[in-house]
This record gives sequence, C-alpha cells and structure tokens, in this order.
Amino acid sequence: MSDVVIASGKGGTGKTTLSTNLATLLAEEDPVVLVDLDVEEPNSGLFINGTEIAREIKYKMIPRWESDACTLCGLCQQVCNFHSIIKLGKEIMVFPQLCHSCFACSELCPTNCLPMVPMRMGQTTHFKLGNLVFVESRLDIGQEQAVPLIAQTKECVKKKYSSIGFKIYDAPPGTSCPVIEAAKDADFIILVTEPTPFGLNDLRLAVETMRELSKPIGIVINRHGIGNDEVDAYCAVENIPVLARLPNDRRAAQLYSRGERIYTQLPEFKKELEKVALHIRSLSEGGRQ
Amino acid sequence: MKIAFTAKGIDWDAQIDPRFGRTDYIVVYDEEADTLTNTDNREVEGIAHGAGPQTAQKLFDLAPDVLITGNGPGGNAAAALQKAKLKIFTGAGGMTVKEAFEAYKKGSLQDFS
Repeated sequence: MSDVVIASGKGGTGKTTLSTNLATLLAEEDPVVLVDLDVEEPNSGLFINGTEIAREIKYKMIPRWESDACTLCGLCQQVCNFHSIIKLGKEIMVFPQLCHSCFACSELCPTNCLPMVPMRMGQTTHFKLGNLVFVESRLDIGQEQAVPLIAQTKECVKKKYSSIGFKIYDAPPGTSCPVIEAAKDADFIILVTEPTPFGLNDLRLAVETMRELSKPIGIVINRHGIGNDEVDAYCAVENIPVLARLPNDRRAAQLYSRGERIYTQLPEFKKELEKVALHIRSLSEGGRQ
Repeated sequence: MKIAFTAKGIDWDAQIDPRFGRTDYIVVYDEEADTLTNTDNREVEGIAHGAGPQTAQKLFDLAPDVLITGNGPGGNAAAALQKAKLKIFTGAGGMTVKEAFEAYKKGSLQDFS
C-alpha cells in the first residue's frame, strides 16, 4: 500500500500535471485512486474524463445557541481557542466560519445550550475511468475552512477504497493548515518545484514543513531547462533524491491547456514520469515485505 | 457620550490604528467626565484567527456610543458590532487620536453603518 501526496511550496509548479499523468500511468497496470485535495480550487478533474459513480454532500458540525436555559456564564467563550463564539451582553454569537468543530463549547456548556448541528460545507464526487478512481472534493462558495473537508475526504477514501494499493493525493499549495492535513498521513511526499529562485525559496519552506512531519520526501523538478541549477544543488546538499526532471517543452503546455495527458504524446516526458512511477512501485513493494 | 478609537498608543497624540480586529489599543474618550482611558489589545498579535470577534467583544463591554477607526471592521467583527448598536466612523487612518476626534466633530469621517 502506498499513499503518495503530491505537494509543493509554490503554486503553479505542476502538482496537478504530475498527479494526473502519474495516476493515469500507474493505472495502465494497477488499480489507482487519485484524490484532489485542493478543495478550494480542485482542477485535476479537468484532465480526467471519468464517469460519475457517487456524490456526497459534506457537512461540518457547529454549535447552535439555544437561549432558553442559558445562564450567560461565558464558559463557551473562554474555552474556544478560535474566538468563534462570543458573549455580547445577553446574547451568545457563533461565527460558523471560524469554528473548528472541536465540540468544547458544546460539551462543556453547563446547561446544554449549545447543541452541535450540521452545516453544509461542500461535496465529494467519485468518478471511474478504467482502472482509475478519481475523487474530487469541492468547498462551497463562501466557506473559509479547507481542513475539515480535506480530513473527511481522506477518511472516506480510506474506508471506501481500502483494497486499492496506489493512492495519489493532489495537495493544495503552500505550507499552511490545509497542506498539513493533506500530508500528515502520507507514506511518501513528492514535492514538485521549478528550477527558479522562486521555486527554490518555496521548496525550502515545503521541505522544512515535511521534515517537521517526519515524512520521507522526493523532488520532481518540472520545466527543467529554465532558470538555474540551484534546486539541484540544494537537493544534493540536503540529501533529498530528485526523482525526475520533467522537461520544459512548449508542447507540454499546449497539451495541458487542452486538458490532455502529456506522457502519452511526449516520449521525453514519459521517460521521466516512468522514473517516478518506478519509485512509487518500489515503495509499495517495500511496504508489502 | 463615549467615543472609542482604535489606536497604536494610549494618548491624544497616538496614531489611529487603521485595523479594527488587530488594533494595538482601544482608547475611549468620555466627553462628560473628560477622561481618556485605554484597553490594551496587543494580545491579538499572537492569535491566527478570530481577532475581529475578540476585539468586538472587548469593545462591547466598554459600551461606547461611537467607534472611530481606519479601514472599518471585517465581516465577523461587523456582525458582532451590529449587536452593540454603536455608530461606526472610518477613514481616520493616518491621523492622531486628537485629529480623528476633531474630524469626527466636523463630520468629515465616513459613516460605516
């Protein structure tokens, strides 16, 4: 079994390009689940023309104030770490967008005036394309928190597709809470970067983050040929394996812009992608022994 | 009449803090008593989320009639301040507390509510 999370510090380096091409390549031989965890703007679906097999509405739990028995003791406000519930005079006010669904106010309320109620936050859709299952979660417009939906999506994938050995997760960019949630249960992290000063700066942040999580990492350099060789130098010093160098090629951008797979039409790209696939297969075999 | 200011310091010469939720201090001028008091709000520096509601809660307890600030409260804080039924004036960024008070008296600040 291997859960591989594809992340990056910088946005727009090629997470989705790698995720969709890699998942499809692996699926030529084995069942694969590809999960788009970039719930604020999922886009892997643009490249996977599967058949929809299931759709679920996702909810998060938030407290609802019932004033009848409330003594206005203010304990709810004191225990909330996120300031999502405050006492204003004779009223208790809940801010659903700040609530982290920790249940503290609800559980600790001495008069049970804060029952938790479900609030819709988004939906998860499942597609099938041959050997490939594609799962996409999407936050509703106006929702601010990605973490609860990412957590629920992972849980749902784990339960529903436990028999499928290869799971590829397309993570959100950056190094904040949504990325941590996406990465924290992974067996292996692939960080995609571009060989530019911008790419290197954000790669460093991403590497530090993943090391904090004690995750094994590998680097894929996308658009290799632009910029400079500082990313390679950095990886050598830090002793991080560079799994592949996807070539900078105008045709790759053209295929991407049409929502097409790149490796099927660009042999140089496929050659590099196969190195990544080989690495993941070797991890998976190592895990089985 | 009690008038609250978001400020970077505690006296009449302090700069207005243009931010509501993350203001350093709330300075309150009580016109009848002619006193200037302040509440230290710098603890919000360390919190990632919910600065707006937290500061609104403090302001609610101070119970001013008017709030003078810079950019205006964000969505969460504005929702909380609605319950406080106070008048909010914005556009005092870049002024001192004294200048902001004079601008308010002249009616040259923007009415947020």
